[in-house]
Amino acid sequence: MAQSSQATGGLASIPALLQRNATLYAEKSAYREKEFGIWQTWTWAETEKEVEALALGLINLGVNEGDFIAIIGRNRPHFYFAMTAAQSVGAVPVPVYNDSAAEEMEYILGHCGARFAIVEDQEQVDKIIEIQEHLHQFEHMIYIDPRGMRKYDHHALHEYSHIQNQGRAAYDEFITDLKARREKLTYDDTCVMLYTSGTTGKPKGVVLSNRNVIESAKNSAEFDNLGAGEEILSYLPMAWVGDFIFSLGQAYWCGFCVNCPESADTMMTDLREIGPTYYFAPPRIFETQLTNVMIRMEDAGNFKRKMFHYFMAHAKKVGGKILDGKPVGAMDRLKYALGNALVYGPLKDTLGFGRVRVGYTAGEAIGPEIFEFYRSLGINLKQLYGQTEATVFITVQPDGEVRADTVGVPAPDVEIRIEDNGEIYYRSPGVFVEYYNNPESTASTKDAEGWVATGDAGFFEEETGHLRIIDRAKDVGKMADGSMFAPKYVENKLKFYPDILEAVLFGNGKEKCVAFINIDLTAVGNWAERNNVAYASYQELAGHPRVLESIQQHVEAVNESVAQDPMLSGCQIHRFLVLHKELDADDGEMTRTRKVRRVIVAEKFKDLVEGLYDGSTTVSTKTEVTYEDGRKGSISATLELRDAKVFPTASKVAAE
Amino acid sequence: MSTQESYVTEDGRTIGPTVMEMKNITLRFGGVKAITDISFDIREGEIRAIIGPNGAGKSSMLNVISGFYVPQEGEVWYKGKKRPPMKPYQVAQQGIARTFQNIALFEGMSVLDNVMTGRLRQMNAGLLSQALWKGKAEKEEVENREFVEKIIDFLEIQAIRKTPVGRLPYGLKKRVELARALAAEPSILLLDEPMAGMNVEEKEDMSRFILDMNDEFGTTIALIEHDMGVVMDLSDRVVVMDYGKKIGDGTPDEVRNNQEVIDAYLGVAHD
Repeated sequence: MAQSSQATGGLASIPALLQRNATLYAEKSAYREKEFGIWQTWTWAETEKEVEALALGLINLGVNEGDFIAIIGRNRPHFYFAMTAAQSVGAVPVPVYNDSAAEEMEYILGHCGARFAIVEDQEQVDKIIEIQEHLHQFEHMIYIDPRGMRKYDHHALHEYSHIQNQGRAAYDEFITDLKARREKLTYDDTCVMLYTSGTTGKPKGVVLSNRNVIESAKNSAEFDNLGAGEEILSYLPMAWVGDFIFSLGQAYWCGFCVNCPESADTMMTDLREIGPTYYFAPPRIFETQLTNVMIRMEDAGNFKRKMFHYFMAHAKKVGGKILDGKPVGAMDRLKYALGNALVYGPLKDTLGFGRVRVGYTAGEAIGPEIFEFYRSLGINLKQLYGQTEATVFITVQPDGEVRADTVGVPAPDVEIRIEDNGEIYYRSPGVFVEYYNNPESTASTKDAEGWVATGDAGFFEEETGHLRIIDRAKDVGKMADGSMFAPKYVENKLKFYPDILEAVLFGNGKEKCVAFINIDLTAVGNWAERNNVAYASYQELAGHPRVLESIQQHVEAVNESVAQDPMLSGCQIHRFLVLHKELDADDGEMTRTRKVRRVIVAEKFKDLVEGLYDGSTTVSTKTEVTYEDGRKGSISATLELRDAKVFPTASKVAAE
Repeated sequence: MSTQESYVTEDGRTIGPTVMEMKNITLRFGGVKAITDISFDIREGEIRAIIGPNGAGKSSMLNVISGFYVPQEGEVWYKGKKRPPMKPYQVAQQGIARTFQNIALFEGMSVLDNVMTGRLRQMNAGLLSQALWKGKAEKEEVENREFVEKIIDFLEIQAIRKTPVGRLPYGLKKRVELARALAAEPSILLLDEPMAGMNVEEKEDMSRFILDMNDEFGTTIALIEHDMGVVMDLSDRVVVMDYGKKIGDGTPDEVRNNQEVIDAYLGVAHD
């Protein structure tokens, strides 16, 4: 496990990789950002200059080795430059979710004792000013977009380009210092600190070393044959480990080009303009895109619609097999080629997937139908299983062995073992150094030999050697009768229906299971429009009898499928309700990466859970909500609680 | 009045001398007096509001400024000169741009094309050059597009750049109209009820844009609004109208404490 940087040719840090790229790929595009309607490009040589100017500016501002620099904004080349500039001067970049509320930022900035922050615009500056007096170590803030900030007190507030100019002006003074600091960086120095969103408790600062990042980038790039010619679109939060690995680790290792969208809203247009060759998205994005395609096909002319459905049915039959290189008859191949010319090709192009060679989805389970849809079009979409603590990669699906219900085989250099209780442990060069300032949590997660507990329960399929994840280990519980309670398993089945956005199952230690359901406003709203169902608000739509009726059908269909599995048959949903509000990270009900915080939801909607168990048919409730600007309000509603049909456990022994 | 000194506001903006002055304006439609003997001035760089209850004559006043109505009595002074009666397009050529209460965009054209029309004043290439797309026309289009892109960025409408205006919701249309007016690089921007029909969030966004426009481009803004709360937060000075007459003029604080204004808004029996 003690790989030295020898293996990577003495390239022991991200700044070292940048030096290499600036020589090796000098004139090749490194970063692009669409601004003012045009893609602006920085080559690797230019990137090196930008980073250097900023690094000199940071030294000029008084950044010391070991300082933490918070980086808060959406994906922009300037922030990627900032990460490397911070590393170059021996500081540690700490990317923070830019949609975090001020208190969340206060915790993170306070916990790492950040002295500096590099932020995007007035919105972020205002948030930090709001919390500044509680942050004793905090000194300077640097912003990129000067709009609206002319009147601010600029004693400790600087514009990004000014810092760079000061850096360039002070070149002679600081360049020796900068070079010395840069060359001092070793494989064991900290590369980045990322705060995990934490489904329970406060976020923890995961410290990743240069070894973690570079080894993981190298291994994964080799696994998928990534080269300098790849194009990626960076639009996922910079504070998330995946973006750090794709847009920085792998991009620097391979020398490929990172494209940043113009704004969050233009992501789909920009995706199409760039046509990435390597693409990553959580299942949600694929779901949304598929929903949009289906809705638009409904609006298309008769001929087009029929052609679409005809060829999609054919793709469903043979598309996946052709992609996996399995034998397919000549006639079917011909028909598929025709379909490709008429439907699949144009559709892929519209979605921006025309050039995707490798696509990944992770983070949550993806619906088998969604997964198959994209694969049948000929898009090499695969799954991986990873964690911040593993520098992403634990298992990945090799080409040709892709399935919707497994997460693949151990990634290169990763060892995996499964404990008796089903919990998955791993050991790899990507295993994190520690949780910052939290030796207890570090010790309880990582043992002396470097094995890390994932907190997920799963098992290896005997015939294929692929890993299957059941649920979070701590969420897996026992029902009152001793049978297994695996909420995620059932929730995922529900979420595969397009009109269900989120589901939360309760039942640990109880006789039977009950569920909360969130409808998907886009899908259900569209359905309402088509069926002349009038509604004024989310709440009204969520309580509409016909909506409840169709949700009930879904719940019963899921019950029927769960009943097929003797091990999990106890998890059938006996009663359910459709929530009057969408679960939201601003209200603390979800993490910023949109994972449900089960305990908080159960606590917050206690009255509703009780209602489901005591058999009431309606419950009136009042819920506090937080608006985007941090103000609070409340909504009240009377909800209908429904019974769902449950099915007897299938007698045959299922594969589970 | 026009010899006033420049001063700096509390929040650091410079307010210059008078740029436009209305002197004793009276506007009649037949026997109906829409505006009676109103005088006020607009200073460079300020946000000047005209408020008043429904039917007070606010829109008529704005139409006088924009040249759409010619008052029967009174004078309009612009940049130190008395303005002869002129057509709206001539007023526009003088650098006065406006938005409309009921949105007047080209519904079938994209947002980008709509905003580009705001640049017409800056395009001088001849017919031949335009038709052949060579020389001056091409160069001009590139320059103007660059300017328009800055405005698109400023008003955060990148995502709808290529969308036909007819497909947009109301709040966004308002923003597109603002973009078009801004594209004309006006020295005075007239906004006719920029926040009518908007929800709280849209109003907040619009207020932000108005303030930023004034701050970033130094645009002088004259706006009509009947949402008092918004006006008081935004404006440097406010003219209050009621039944065609001016009943108050001053800083928001002064106006707020003016008994006549309170009466007009809270309702007191008129004689």
